Amino acid sequence: MPGITREEVAHLGRLSRLELKVEELDHFAAQLDEIIGAVARVSEVAGEDVPPTSHPLPLTNVMRPDTVRPSLTPEQALSCAPAQEQQRFKVPQILGED
Amino acid sequence: MTDLTRLTAAETAAKIASGETSAVEVAKAHLDRIAAIDEKVHAFLHVDTEGALAAARAVDGKRAKGEKLGPLAGVPLALKDIFTTEGVPTTVGSKILEGWIPPYDATLTRKLKDAGIVILGKTNMDEFAMGSSTENSAYGPTGNPWDLTRIPGGSGGGSSAALASFQAPLAIGTDTGGSIRQPAAVTGTVGVKPTYGAVSRYGMVAFSSSLDQGGPCARTVLDAALLHEAIAGHDPLDSTSIDAPVPPVVEAARSGDVRGLRVGVVKEFAGEGYQAGVMERFNDSVEMLRELGAEVVEVSCPSFTYALAAYYLIAPSECSSNLARFDGLRYGLRTGDDGTRSAEEVTSLTREAGFGPEVKRRIMLGTYALSSGYYDAYYGSAQKVRTLITRDFERAFGEVDVLVSPTTPTTAFPIGERADDPMAMYLADLCTIPANLAGNAAMSLPCGLAPEDGLPVGLQIIAPALADDRLYRVGAAVEAAFTARWGHPLLEEAPTL
Repeated sequence: MPGITREEVAHLGRLSRLELKVEELDHFAAQLDEIIGAVARVSEVAGEDVPPTSHPLPLTNVMRPDTVRPSLTPEQALSCAPAQEQQRFKVPQILGED
Repeated sequence: MTDLTRLTAAETAAKIASGETSAVEVAKAHLDRIAAIDEKVHAFLHVDTEGALAAARAVDGKRAKGEKLGPLAGVPLALKDIFTTEGVPTTVGSKILEGWIPPYDATLTRKLKDAGIVILGKTNMDEFAMGSSTENSAYGPTGNPWDLTRIPGGSGGGSSAALASFQAPLAIGTDTGGSIRQPAAVTGTVGVKPTYGAVSRYGMVAFSSSLDQGGPCARTVLDAALLHEAIAGHDPLDSTSIDAPVPPVVEAARSGDVRGLRVGVVKEFAGEGYQAGVMERFNDSVEMLRELGAEVVEVSCPSFTYALAAYYLIAPSECSSNLARFDGLRYGLRTGDDGTRSAEEVTSLTREAGFGPEVKRRIMLGTYALSSGYYDAYYGSAQKVRTLITRDFERAFGEVDVLVSPTTPTTAFPIGERADDPMAMYLADLCTIPANLAGNAAMSLPCGLAPEDGLPVGLQIIAPALADDRLYRVGAAVEAAFTARWGHPLLEEAPTL
């Protein structure tokens, strides 16, 4: 089992949208390495023939009738927005300049 | 004069219904108690004095008009800060939701209000319910009322501490891997994780959706049953809500007859890592069940030894996806939006500033387990283990009606002892996790004090899915027998603070 390096933690941080600080990298690397080492034993026990379980209930899609119901007003929905403009969530730039 | 904070929920409701006291007097007594001692305990993140008094006045008004009151009308409750409350802050113990005022009530919150239950405030918890000690709260730890230098369990440590310090007779918790039962065990209180899907998750901030389950916390088994009945039931707003009648939990709690009941002792939950005093109290409980007429046998569930490992892959994987919604764009914290940074940069800065270390660890762990190349070995294998654990339960419940074990391997540990040692912290959930993975119902109730440290020990009872009533039948029997032996409820022995 490969050890978790600080470079890997930095990569996981990017995938997870976490702007990790330099001092966090070594700390998390050691802890994640220990945890992953301990949980890796799940691969020892179940054979090819065991089906996976993703959920305790045998549910398929649950549908409701497509009818209009009351919902939040724009004012309520925007009441905790960090920034808003013209009844919309105002967000930082999403697309590049070009 | 009766100390209104020392009554059970059932007693309180009866006194309000008979007019011996009023809901407002009861609410005031508890708000006074909170004001007097919560600085020491830190069970509450937010106390809603105005809301509580208004709800209590509404109950008194109904009674004055001769309207019929529900079985818990006017009884105060401490609500875990993971359920949305319209107009009242909901933080999930995280800085990323500091100051957020939800515009809607969770279904559970709505049901509490409809039952006339008086919500005193929101309780402290490990951030996003990730932890076993409440030390991961961004707002500081909660003390265990038995010894304020020790943890009250987690993630629902605020709720368990509020009960054990008589700040509320009822509380709500959520249990993903043990967050209702382990806090109950270490504080000498009662906590129930209902069958998965029994209590709506609508408006409950999601951690691991296939495992999360809200449930009742109380000081007695009957009080927990009354609360269970108030919050359970099908909810069209939660697609994983079970469309089945609520099992007769109150009736079971009032019966407490275990004669002829088959009880299985899980062989795998003993040995290395289990405190001697915990095992002593557990063995007492098993002996007690025999004396009460139950038929006790040992059962083996070999896959349970892999449950902790499977859980720490499944729960982080689901959380890495669930917590992606905290992006700093629509609500909650936004950091670093100076006009020059992109949305993605702002999201990354916001999450770095808003999440604590345990949440970051779990998001990264889940991201790792789900990444291509590792998916089959980690997440895929963990899901197979989940199947094996479910099969172990099915086999066991073919032979016995309920399973029993210690709730957690040790009594409350000192604050700080395991704070930066994740693997040591995770061991607190060793016995509680299998029921989450399989979706079964499970309870923890007090079974005495460990002789070596004088701290409470919890007995765990596990029942098959949809047989939640069995927990209450067994729990009520054990509770009555122990209370008779001790001469008083266990919490009478806790410091008065």
